[in-house]
Amino acid sequence: MKYLLSIYSNPANWETLSEEERDGLMAEYGKFSQEIAESGELVDGAPLGDPSAGNTVRVRDGRTDVVDGPFAESKEHLAGYYIVDCVSQERAVELAAKIPDARFNSIEVRAVLDMGGQEM
Amino acid sequence: MSTDIEGLLRSLAPQALGAVLRGGADFGAAEDAVQEALLAAAQQWPDEGVPDNPRGWLIRVASRRLIDWQRREAARRGKEAASVGWVPSDALTAPAADAAVVAADDGLRLLFLCCHPSLPRTAQVALTLRAVGGLSTGEIARAFLVPEDTMTRRITRAKRKLVESGLTFGTPGSLSAVLEVLYLIFNEGYTVSAGTTLQRADLTGEAIRLTRLLHSQAPDEGEVAGLLALMLLTDARSPARLDRDDLVPLAEQDRSRWDRDRIAEGTALISAALAAHAIGPYQVQAAIAALHDEAARAEDTDWLQIAALYRVLNRIAPSPVVTLNRAVALGETDGPLAGLAVLDTLADPRLAGHHRVAAVRAHLLERAGDLVRAKKFYEKAAKATASAPERAYLLGRAARLS
Repeated sequence: MKYLLSIYSNPANWETLSEEERDGLMAEYGKFSQEIAESGELVDGAPLGDPSAGNTVRVRDGRTDVVDGPFAESKEHLAGYYIVDCVSQERAVELAAKIPDARFNSIEVRAVLDMGGQEM
Repeated sequence: MSTDIEGLLRSLAPQALGAVLRGGADFGAAEDAVQEALLAAAQQWPDEGVPDNPRGWLIRVASRRLIDWQRREAARRGKEAASVGWVPSDALTAPAADAAVVAADDGLRLLFLCCHPSLPRTAQVALTLRAVGGLSTGEIARAFLVPEDTMTRRITRAKRKLVESGLTFGTPGSLSAVLEVLYLIFNEGYTVSAGTTLQRADLTGEAIRLTRLLHSQAPDEGEVAGLLALMLLTDARSPARLDRDDLVPLAEQDRSRWDRDRIAEGTALISAALAAHAIGPYQVQAAIAALHDEAARAEDTDWLQIAALYRVLNRIAPSPVVTLNRAVALGETDGPLAGLAVLDTLADPRLAGHHRVAAVRAHLLERAGDLVRAKKFYEKAAKATASAPERAYLLGRAARLS
């Protein structure tokens, strides 16, 4: 089963950290990524660029409207993600709890729908 | 390379690997050596012809590779003598008169090693497909929709685990674990929808091939015959189970599209097995599948016999899934309220939020005329499933009740 682990983060928290603390967190991320790669559970994962540099796109009546920045102003934003392939949702939750940002903000665990299925 | 040679190499690969492992080489080195031997065969045989004893040829070449590596390693360490006795003598000599028996045995033992209960399930599956099935790591990765690197790491980890846990080629394995792994591979392939099948290795075909192999070498195991029959009888329905990408429920499938040959083979197998062996869960499930396959129309289904077989299954291998299926069968024989009563006995918390329980409940409620609650449970099931086609089907049922 594949799960998307979305990492929500608050830039204000990040700014309060010292350089050492930031390095420590990045090292933790590296270690976590390494761990789930070796266990054969990592499918994909990456940090995302700053939301202010992103775009929000809407198409209405065939007209495309593009604005700068995120969809909604909020303190937390989607800062990165992992896709893992693991045995159960319990395991996905266990992995989410190891992501450093889980201690400051939150990680959302969502099942990735499979294209296969059983007839009923 | 001709497909004849390709097929021959594929069937010989696990036997050669087994023979080299039997000598005590570690899994990784043995596999590398056999890979090189296969490569050499693929290059030489089309021009020079297939040798009289192709299996012996492969084992000989692989063993020489192993000796070369070992000598080089020993020389590096300045301990040439260490290589003596490392390569098994029987891997170097011509196979004995009973070679066929040994060959069969090697393939089987390799299968048992790959499915050893001490390995995690994902590792068992990956190793079996790699070492016994002969699929490439890339093919296995595509079949399970993960990056090749992810699958490489799983296989590497599995091999390391084999070495670390001291499992060797002769370690007794577990037949039930082997059957579970084969059935899991089958189901992984079977649940794939049409849209994605093209990029994925044929896992159902591979599972059937391996189970057939196991059955040919262990014809007296009733459960092996049962599992093979169950796979054939289930796979027979696959041409009718999808309409474009939508799942078609059993009752609504176009039965003229079912594979008659598979049904005939599966039915013959299960009939013979039930007559000759002690009954087991796979045999009972195959018998149930045969009853579904034999009904010319959904309304001809012999639900009385199916309900009786689920009672047997509930006795010899009780599980929440069996209870769930018994509820479906009783819903047909004794009416939806009887089915709902069985569902109510499902106290297992693991299943409380399971989409199939909600789906069956919704179906029975719909038949009982309680459309409001039926809709609610179809929607609940749709939320709980992790399969896109299942969700589409369940939401469709719910929408019909509005």
